[in-house]
Amino acid sequence: MKQLLTGHAVTGRGRRYLSALGLALALTGCATSGNPKDPIEGYNRAMFAINDGIDQAVVRPVAVGYDAVLPSPIRKGVTNFFGNIADVFTGVNNILQGKIASGVSDFGRVVVNTTIGILGLFDVASEVGMEKHDEDFGQTFGSWGIPSGAYVVLPLLGPSTVRDTFGKVLDMETNPVANINDVATRNSLLLLSVVDLRASLLPADKLVDAAALDKYSYVRDAYLQHRVSVIYDGEPPISRAFDDDTTGIIDAELESGVTVADHSTTNAVGDATVASEASATVIK
Amino acid sequence: MKLLSYFLAIASLLTLPVAGVAQDVAPDVLIRNASNDVLEIVRKDKDIQSGNLTKAIELVEVKVLPHFNFMRMTQLAVGKDWRQATPEQQQTLANEFRTLLVRTYSKALSEYRNQVITFKPFVLKPEDKEVRVRTEVSQASGGKPIGIDYYLEKSTNAWKVYDIEIAGVSLVTNYRESFGNEIRSNGIDGLIKSLQAKNKANEGVAAKK
Repeated sequence: MKQLLTGHAVTGRGRRYLSALGLALALTGCATSGNPKDPIEGYNRAMFAINDGIDQAVVRPVAVGYDAVLPSPIRKGVTNFFGNIADVFTGVNNILQGKIASGVSDFGRVVVNTTIGILGLFDVASEVGMEKHDEDFGQTFGSWGIPSGAYVVLPLLGPSTVRDTFGKVLDMETNPVANINDVATRNSLLLLSVVDLRASLLPADKLVDAAALDKYSYVRDAYLQHRVSVIYDGEPPISRAFDDDTTGIIDAELESGVTVADHSTTNAVGDATVASEASATVIK
Repeated sequence: MKLLSYFLAIASLLTLPVAGVAQDVAPDVLIRNASNDVLEIVRKDKDIQSGNLTKAIELVEVKVLPHFNFMRMTQLAVGKDWRQATPEQQQTLANEFRTLLVRTYSKALSEYRNQVITFKPFVLKPEDKEVRVRTEVSQASGGKPIGIDYYLEKSTNAWKVYDIEIAGVSLVTNYRESFGNEIRSNGIDGLIKSLQAKNKANEGVAAKK
C-alpha cells in the first residue's frame, strides 16, 4: 500500500498502462463498426474491458468497503471537501464561459464553505441557497464551439473525447490537490477523491447492468449525451425527446452545433496518439 | 397474512386516482403525486429496500405504468428503423422494451435511500401538447443534485410520460445507437431476440438473489 502512495509506483503503473494501451491499439486499432462518433471503437472497447476489469478487481471493492464502513456524515464531509476545491475551478470555468454571475456565486460558495463550512467539510452555501454548479475545462472548450472529436476511453480515467481529454489535462494541472508537493499526501488525497467518487457511483452500477444490452455502447452514448447536456447547462438547443420525426435525427442529435465531430479529418491512429499522450500527462 | 396485507395495499392503491380520472391532472401534479406516492411506499417497505425486485416491479406496474406511453418510448428508442417493423413486431418490441425499462426503474427504486426530491417551478400553457417537468434529487452523501426530467405528451384522456432524462441522459434515446446496430446486423427480429435474451438474463439474476 505504501508503495502505491509513492510517485514511482504510480508512474510505473502508468507505464504499464501505456504499454497495455499500445498493445490494445496494435491488436484492435482498426476495428470499427462505422459509428462516426467512435472511429477507434476497437481500441476503446479493449480499454473499456481493461478498465472494467481493474474496477471489478480493485476500485469497486474498495469503494464498497468505504461506503459500508464510513458513516454517512463523514462521507458527506469528504464529498464536500473535494466539492469545495472543485468549486474554485467551476467558478473559473464559469467566468471563462462568460457566466459571470454564476462564477461570482461559485467563489462566494468557496468563501462561505471554507470559513463557516470549516475547510469545506460542510456545504453551508447550498443550505443558504447558493446553488452548486459543475463546470470543467472540457465544458468550457465546448461552450467556445470546439467540437468534441472522437470518443476515447482513457486508461483508468474512462470515457472521454479528444476535447474532454485536453480539458481533463488542464483540470488536473490546475487541481491544487494534484499539485501538493508532498507525494504521499498528494497521492493519499487523490486516492481518497477517486474512492469517494467511485462510491457515489455504486448505485448506478446495477442500473447499467440491468439496462444495457451492450454495456460499452450504453456507457459511451450516456457519456456523450451527458456532456452535451452539461455544456448547455441542461438546455441543449435540440431536445432529443421532443424530436419525433424519426428521419435524420440520429445525425442531428448529439451534434447540435458545437459538438460536431469532424469526421472527414478524424484519423483513428492520430486521435489515439493524442489520447495516449494526454493520458501520459495525466498519469504523471 | 403478509400476502393479505399486500393485496390490501394494492387494493388501496387502486382506489387512488390513477388512470381513470386523470384527464384533469396537470403534468407536474401528476409527476409529483406519482413520485410522492411511490416513494412513500418504498420508505415504509423494508422488502423493497433490501432488494426485493418482484415487489418493486409490482409497485411500478400499479403506480407508474399507467402514466407511461410505451409505444412512443419504443418508437423513440428504435428511431428511423421503426417504420420497417410490422405492427406485430412493433407490439413485441414495445412489450420487451417495457419489461426492460420496468426492471431498470424498479431497481432504481430499491436503491432509493431517503434522497430529497425537489420539483422545479412549472407553468402549463393551454396550448402545450408536450412538456418537460423538471425535478432534482439531492444525494444523502452530498455533491451536486442530480436532475431528473420527465417528458410528457397530451393524449386524448391524460398526460403520458414518453421519456425520462437523468443528468441529461435519456433512458430512451440512449438505446438508439445500439438498437440501430442490432437492426443493421440482424434485422428487427434480431433486436427482438436480443431484448428477450436480456430480459431473460435479468430474470435469472433476480431469481438468484
